[in-house]
Amino acid sequence: MPHDRRLPALNGALGLIVLILVVQMWLLTASLESYLAGHHGAALTGAVISALLFSACGGLYLFVGRIDRKSRPAAR
Amino acid sequence: MSANDSDRRAAWREEFPIREGDERYVTRRQFAGFLVLTSLAMFVGNVWILAKSWLGKAPRFVGMTIPGAADLPVGGSTVFDYPESGEPCLLIRRSQDEFVAFSQKCTHLSCAVTYSKEKDRIECPCHVGYFSPRDGRVLQGPPPRPLPRVILEQRGDELVAVGMTTGSES
Repeated sequence: MPHDRRLPALNGALGLIVLILVVQMWLLTASLESYLAGHHGAALTGAVISALLFSACGGLYLFVGRIDRKSRPAAR
Repeated sequence: MSANDSDRRAAWREEFPIREGDERYVTRRQFAGFLVLTSLAMFVGNVWILAKSWLGKAPRFVGMTIPGAADLPVGGSTVFDYPESGEPCLLIRRSQDEFVAFSQKCTHLSCAVTYSKEKDRIECPCHVGYFSPRDGRVLQGPPPRPLPRVILEQRGDELVAVGMTTGSES
């Protein structure tokens, strides 16, 4: 990736991670609300979607790490 | 700090030069790592809810005679524990033959609700949440769900609690 596109890519990835986190927080609240209301079926769906979102976060973290390593001078 | 100490500190800095600003610097990778850990915590929370809903035991309800129900005046209310002690419920006599009972814990933050005969509503004093005494549905305020309802049966002179519905089933 060209050097001048690394910074926007990093910021974009971080923004996406934050967005995923917000969705996960909402999902956790909704799942808990649903569980307390006696709808136990929603818990599995919530856990599966949360797992997918966590995987996406992990993938973005690896992406951030890779770009971060490339853009650092070798001495640091 | 004496002048001697200050000199010693300066000597230390010369031997091991570091940038204090760099020590407090959080890289994007570290920040992303912190966010991913938070994401993991959210996922663990969802798994915990799933485990609770799969492994949690369904409550067993046995019939329990509600003491003092027959002596309750019309418009009156009393508290009893059901299905076990420490689970307060509110019994309301709405007419000579009509009793209703609900969990006394508000579905918002578990404050104890009370019955207002004058306004014919169940009130939560903590955050001004109101429930209907007919079916337990939310009339006003922050409670997200209706009050869980106690299923009652009239057996001769006795009023017996035989089960409960969750807030959304009421």
